[in-house]
Amino acid sequence: MRMKVLVIAAAFLAGISTAHAAGEKIELPDVEWSWEGPFGTFDKAQLQRGLQVYTEVCATCHSLNLLAYRDLAALGYGEEEIKAYAANYEVEDGPDDAGEMFTRVAIPSDRFLPPFPNENAARASNNGAYPPDLSLMTKARKNGANYLYAMMIGYSDEIPEDVALMEGMNYQKYFAGHQIAMPQPLYGDDIEYADGTEATLEQEARDVTAFLAWAAEPELEDRKSMGIKVLLFLGVLFVMVIAVKKAVWRNVKH
Amino acid sequence: MATKTEFNNPVIRWVDERLPVFTYLDHEYNQFPMPKNLNYWWNFGALASVALVVMILTGIMLAMQYTAHVDLAFESVERIMRDVNYGWLLRYIHMNGASMFFIVVYIHLFRGLYYGSYKAPRELLWMLGVVIILLMMATAFMGYVLPWGQMSFWGATVITNLFSAIPIVGDWIVTWLWGGFSVDNPTLNRFYALHYLMPFVLFAVVGLHVVALHVNGSTNPTGVEVQSPRDTVSFHPYFTAKDSVGLVAFLFVFAAFVFFAPNFFGEPDNYIKANPLQTPPHIVPEWYFLPFYAILRAVPDNFIGAWMGFTLISAKLAGVIAMFGSIAVLFLLPWLDTSKVRSARFRPWYKWFFWLFLLDCLLLGYIGSQPAEGIFIWIGRGATAWYFAHFLVFFPLLGWFETPKPLPTSISEPVLKEDS
Repeated sequence: MRMKVLVIAAAFLAGISTAHAAGEKIELPDVEWSWEGPFGTFDKAQLQRGLQVYTEVCATCHSLNLLAYRDLAALGYGEEEIKAYAANYEVEDGPDDAGEMFTRVAIPSDRFLPPFPNENAARASNNGAYPPDLSLMTKARKNGANYLYAMMIGYSDEIPEDVALMEGMNYQKYFAGHQIAMPQPLYGDDIEYADGTEATLEQEARDVTAFLAWAAEPELEDRKSMGIKVLLFLGVLFVMVIAVKKAVWRNVKH
Repeated sequence: MATKTEFNNPVIRWVDERLPVFTYLDHEYNQFPMPKNLNYWWNFGALASVALVVMILTGIMLAMQYTAHVDLAFESVERIMRDVNYGWLLRYIHMNGASMFFIVVYIHLFRGLYYGSYKAPRELLWMLGVVIILLMMATAFMGYVLPWGQMSFWGATVITNLFSAIPIVGDWIVTWLWGGFSVDNPTLNRFYALHYLMPFVLFAVVGLHVVALHVNGSTNPTGVEVQSPRDTVSFHPYFTAKDSVGLVAFLFVFAAFVFFAPNFFGEPDNYIKANPLQTPPHIVPEWYFLPFYAILRAVPDNFIGAWMGFTLISAKLAGVIAMFGSIAVLFLLPWLDTSKVRSARFRPWYKWFFWLFLLDCLLLGYIGSQPAEGIFIWIGRGATAWYFAHFLVFFPLLGWFETPKPLPTSISEPVLKEDS
């Protein structure tokens, strides 16, 4: 009987380990992000640098549809700065009184201008691949921030022998299947940071990840600070209701 | 409502003489006699009703901002998250509230199983509870479709397709459910309408559940019925005080998820807008459906055929029958359990089977979250077999073979004995 149990247990464990081997598990780098933990907040200087990386590199192919220029106020920009940033873009508006569509300079209430007018145009310019919208990227992937960071730094020219790259694909060690349509976006020194920070690859990758984490969860700081107050309140209330319950039940034998 | 309560306030007295709502409240929530030995596991019914009210209130406010259209639904949810004042709070409460609701209801159900709460004269009370769980499942499933993410769409596709297993009319029923030839705008619209309707149906059934409860009163950890006023205390202040403790603890856990891990129970894929042309690598239901999902996938091909030598029904249909059967069997429980003793405290064998059953359900949940391949298939089948055996074999047999421990003559007896 005991032998039988052991055999079954062994078969069980063996089965689990083979099942895990089937879907290869990719170990993502584990970065310490400023917004992690119950007291975590975004670093505004970092978000501004990240915006610069997004604007100068990512925005060539990736949209950020859920964000409006006015949302940049959360990064510490003033009204005039946001107007100036939006003024770099031209959007189609209309129809005017004559029924004609026209283009005008973007204003803070406009959404971030997408790089392509539609999915087909995006695919046509990108070898058939569709660069996804980045507004929710850190929430739309497991371990999103580390995943995004890994996508920036995981490129390598040394391709392992067991990876046969398909036409137009690039080797990416953290991507499922290790081939990704996106060419390496960042190399280091791709941009000159306005605040003078040295633009290493890791620095750029961290900054743009922070910016996109904020873009996905702009409510994060409000949420956590309210959460602390709510839990404190409930904690005190808990002590009080326990005391009330004890007082009410003190004469009941049960 | 034999005796009317006397009220000093003239307005209340005037109303009560014409419509005795205050007498009713006084009887059912003030004086109502409760067994005085209830432990904290008896809190979860009250917690479930709080969860339902929270869901309805946040749901109504979300509905004011949500747009049920395939082109706009996903963006409208994100608008709630970003542009509506405290929209993120409402939505995260609603999203996590669904999980909280299922957690407290599942605990409530297992409390009923442990203490034999379903036995005469509370069979209808129990069956109404099973109806509530079915309604909750339907409501939660439709609600999950509304944000129109990848899991919303593909979950809806998988689950509605189950109905195609029905012989002859299956495909026709699926087209009718969809309002078209795939999950699309008409499907989203009707799910929204039903998702708004069903919580109110649920609320009504909860009302019946409470009425049925108040006919015979709560069971208690000994399983011995209340015999004299010595065994009871009034609902207020004793159980309002005790329920408050559970309620604040519940809200603490609830808030911890809402504010610090709001997407803990969710799937990242649902933050990708639904794309009918791209199937996600893993379609998994929400955690509270996982055990049932495991049962659905447990039935092997030609299972019935292998037994009888010919194919009677497809594996898919058998799986669907097994999944619905896993809930339906709960309806029969009051008659499947042949033991005269309610509480597992006095049932030395049943106690073990209860814990094994709980483990079995957790195991099924784990299997449901894993791909249906390799050893997982076999564990899933074993766990499914155990699930049904628990109800159809162990429950009837235990009543015959088990020798229960001696019962106390009353709820008060053990306490009084300690005293003397």
